[in-house]
Amino acid sequence: MAQFLEALINGISLGSLYAIIALGYSMVYGIAKMLNFAHGDVIMVGGYIVFIVLINMGMPAIVAILAAMLVCVLLGITIEGLAYRPLRQATSLAVLITAIGVSYFLQNAAQLIWGANPRFFTIMNYGNIPVILGNDQFNISVGKLCSVGVSVVIMLGLSFFTGKTKMGKSMRAVSEDRGAAELMGINVNRTIALTFAIGSALAGVAGAMLVGVYGVQLSPTTGAMPGIKAFTAAVFGGIGSIPGAMIGGILIGVIEILVGTFISTDLKDALTFAVLIIMLVVKPTGLLGKPIREKV
Amino acid sequence: MKKFICVLLAALMCLSLAAAAADEAGIRIGIIGPFTGPAAAYGTAVRDAALIAAEEINAEGGLQIIIDAQDDEHNTEKSVNAYNTLKDNGVQLILGTVTTSPCIAVSVYAAEDRILMLTPSASSPDVLESDNNTVFQVCFTDPAQGALSAQYIAEKGLAKKVGVIYNNGDAYSTGIYETFAEEAKTVGLELVAESTFTDADTDFSVQVAAMKNAGAELVFLPIYYTPAAMIFNAAKNADYAPVFFGVDGMDGILTLEGFDKSLAEGVYLLTPFSADADNETTKNFVAKYTERYGSTPNQFAADAYDGVGILYVCCVSAGITPETPAAEACELVMNELLHMQYDGLTGTMTWNEDGTVTKSPKAVIIKDGAYVSAP
Amino acid sequence: MTTSKKNTLITLVTLAVVTAVFLICQVGVNTGTAWMSSTLKGQLVNICAWIMMAVSLNLVVGISGELSLGHAGFMSIGAFTAIIIASWLKRGKGMDSSWLRFVISAVAAVGISGLLGFLIGIPVLRLRGDYLAIVTLAFGQIISNVIRLLYVTVETDTGALHMALKIGTGTPKLAGKDIIKGAQGASRMPQDSTFVIGFILVIITLVVVFNLTNSRSGRAIKAIRDNRIAAEAMGLKVTKYKLMAFVTGSALAGLAGALYGLNQSSLQAGFFEYNKSIEVLVYVVLGGIGTIPGSIVSATALTILPEVLRAFSEYRMLIYAVFLILVMILTNNPLTRTFFRSLRTRIFGRTDEEKRRDRL
Repeated sequence: MAQFLEALINGISLGSLYAIIALGYSMVYGIAKMLNFAHGDVIMVGGYIVFIVLINMGMPAIVAILAAMLVCVLLGITIEGLAYRPLRQATSLAVLITAIGVSYFLQNAAQLIWGANPRFFTIMNYGNIPVILGNDQFNISVGKLCSVGVSVVIMLGLSFFTGKTKMGKSMRAVSEDRGAAELMGINVNRTIALTFAIGSALAGVAGAMLVGVYGVQLSPTTGAMPGIKAFTAAVFGGIGSIPGAMIGGILIGVIEILVGTFISTDLKDALTFAVLIIMLVVKPTGLLGKPIREKV
Repeated sequence: MKKFICVLLAALMCLSLAAAAADEAGIRIGIIGPFTGPAAAYGTAVRDAALIAAEEINAEGGLQIIIDAQDDEHNTEKSVNAYNTLKDNGVQLILGTVTTSPCIAVSVYAAEDRILMLTPSASSPDVLESDNNTVFQVCFTDPAQGALSAQYIAEKGLAKKVGVIYNNGDAYSTGIYETFAEEAKTVGLELVAESTFTDADTDFSVQVAAMKNAGAELVFLPIYYTPAAMIFNAAKNADYAPVFFGVDGMDGILTLEGFDKSLAEGVYLLTPFSADADNETTKNFVAKYTERYGSTPNQFAADAYDGVGILYVCCVSAGITPETPAAEACELVMNELLHMQYDGLTGTMTWNEDGTVTKSPKAVIIKDGAYVSAP
Repeated sequence: MTTSKKNTLITLVTLAVVTAVFLICQVGVNTGTAWMSSTLKGQLVNICAWIMMAVSLNLVVGISGELSLGHAGFMSIGAFTAIIIASWLKRGKGMDSSWLRFVISAVAAVGISGLLGFLIGIPVLRLRGDYLAIVTLAFGQIISNVIRLLYVTVETDTGALHMALKIGTGTPKLAGKDIIKGAQGASRMPQDSTFVIGFILVIITLVVVFNLTNSRSGRAIKAIRDNRIAAEAMGLKVTKYKLMAFVTGSALAGLAGALYGLNQSSLQAGFFEYNKSIEVLVYVVLGGIGTIPGSIVSATALTILPEVLRAFSEYRMLIYAVFLILVMILTNNPLTRTFFRSLRTRIFGRTDEEKRRDRL
């Protein structure tokens, strides 16, 4: 029982990290209708910025995270403006390949700037809360608990932003029908840039948590695999949906850890992906995704 | 579209030809390793250390060395391409390849072409298995490490119940694990848990929990230092403090940028090289490397530094000149290797017929953020 | 010129050009001329395999319009099937003819990857667009995960073949010589692939794909791609035609895998993960979605390009990335497109289609 609870809590906390990344994926997909494959690499850049500010410059963690968010926002807007905006009318495949190009670019640029040697940093070290359950005992890491809190706050904030504010409503309008939104006087380019800015800011937070809380190594390819996992999570929850990304992220995290704990770490990836496939075959647009309307 | 590619290709062809034109006299040593991609840290360490070694040798006058390093991205197809490029560039000897699977791929061709490969770090016995093998190792071969570790643990009575966490996507890690598991049985250790991960994993709570729940007193980690750092972190989060025991891949853990060294307190490792060893050559090399590249050299760097030195000594004593064809140089160096003893950063080495090296690892334990010889 | 005549012409010209390039390369290999460097010579068979991958993926992505991110998974199935069969024939059965070994292993590879394509295709093809992309990506990862756990050995004296999956503790202990050792992959398999075989397989791939696309079924597949609902209303069986393209694509990827696998001296399952699928997708999109000759050119150019760029060492992937982004922007941006079109009109005059449009 204790083993199960421990695994469940670890899964939720890993899942909340996926959720933060998935939120970035999902928002960009919802509004710009593109799979931003470079999202994971923006996370990696965020991680390096935290490292520089926290370790090299010796600033407090919160400054480092804010700096990472700022740099990621600038990076996100730059990428959108230079690489994706000229392709607004192009096929989704052309945009996908461009995003892959941007991903290669960021990974290799990072290696040239920061080298290939992995690095580490810690932003939270508050220890553990021991939980006693009958004769068993297990620990909950405070840092991981905080990451769950952070992702819930982010999700609520985003839901509020897109639901209630004027800018958020314009984002939804662009996502519903770009042409009509433009006719209603919404600046589509600015709205999409704003979406990228928000998504990239989340990537900055994710970068800090990935390395600083989860203890993942920071190297030029750090972002790739969490990026793919989070992409899976976004699709699982229904891509384009904010609560969907959150639920998808947490489910993927929980499934991964439970399979690893109780079945086999050897089959972890295979079974996680198999669940995703079964899910999508049963419900082809993900848990909370809107059905695709087709017009002739 | 097609026009673009054509123009670009033509332009690049010209550039690459211009770059290859520079020609100096010296023994041409090729290096194959990953300088980009996920394994880049290992390849760049080898290349950087080899360049330092070559520079030192060239500064002494006499026989000169030219290093020609080619990237393989830790990819078997690219490694064969890199090998063929080196052949086109006319290298005489190869220091490489750095990682195991590419090394197996290239070793087959090297055996056919009779080109000597001295690998600083591909430690699997599989790299030595070609017919008419031309590969020699500077590093330990994996089975030796697995067996030695099990024997050491049993001899010193470090633990009875042992767990293993290893990388099942990696030949090095799987290789050591397999022999460790076998030897553990013969020396009477009880293997209570084993858990795996791959390079793609970001979470180690599952693996650590498996060890903890099985009650392992000692966790054997036949893995590189970066995942090890993540495992130490996860163990701390789970409030689990067994004895951790690493192998030569663990070396480098103390010099990881930003890593909390207190997490590695009390970790045992068997390693032939330690960057804070108290001898002149090590101090000199570590100082130079740190000054130039901003990080402390690890196992890979040390093996590569030794590798260049070994090749140089062989060339001098066998009378190899820049004009000696590669196939001839190969036979001469192979003969030298079997009859020499080399005193390097990673200990005193001799070689066996099959290409393996004999050297003795030292068991060290980490105390107050530094290596101390284990009792 | 009618469409069908134009298609036949494209087919014939493509086959002729491929044959001519093959003959030139073959002469280069045999005479040992300077331009045929060891590097290029070592890449010839791989280039053939990547051309087959690009062409077969183009069938799925370009002609059938389904974005697949798991194509390398089928290649992996083909490669490891062929490696197992060829190694078994050589070490277990003592078959000496490398040609025969290749043919038998390739047939098995095509069969198994085609069958898997069929099994995967039935559930997957119900999905649309990006959801289909993620599911194919997931299948690719599952395949690579399972092969990473596969251990295969052969007993040299009896010819018995043993297979086991490593799940849980301990690696399987099997009798005989290793063919595949889990994550450590296969090594020293019979290298039965040759450039001539590669060329023949490229021609087979092209003939199959051209035949399919120019046939009645091919037109149905394209109609479904362009407007599924309209095609369905016309009475076309959507699933059947989509499956036809998907299974053909998978089988050809398996064939490419057999060629590739039996050309390597060491191969691991991890090689065929989603990154590889994406690389092949880049070939297809860069060469032009739906245009087979474009896939051939871009697969060739992009396989050679990183080798040519070696002089730039660590900057070369950066250059590759910038090149990719620029090509995508230049060929897809409306402004630059108009510029290229006017340039072409100035040089070559108006195309038939433009003349027709002008008349309207």
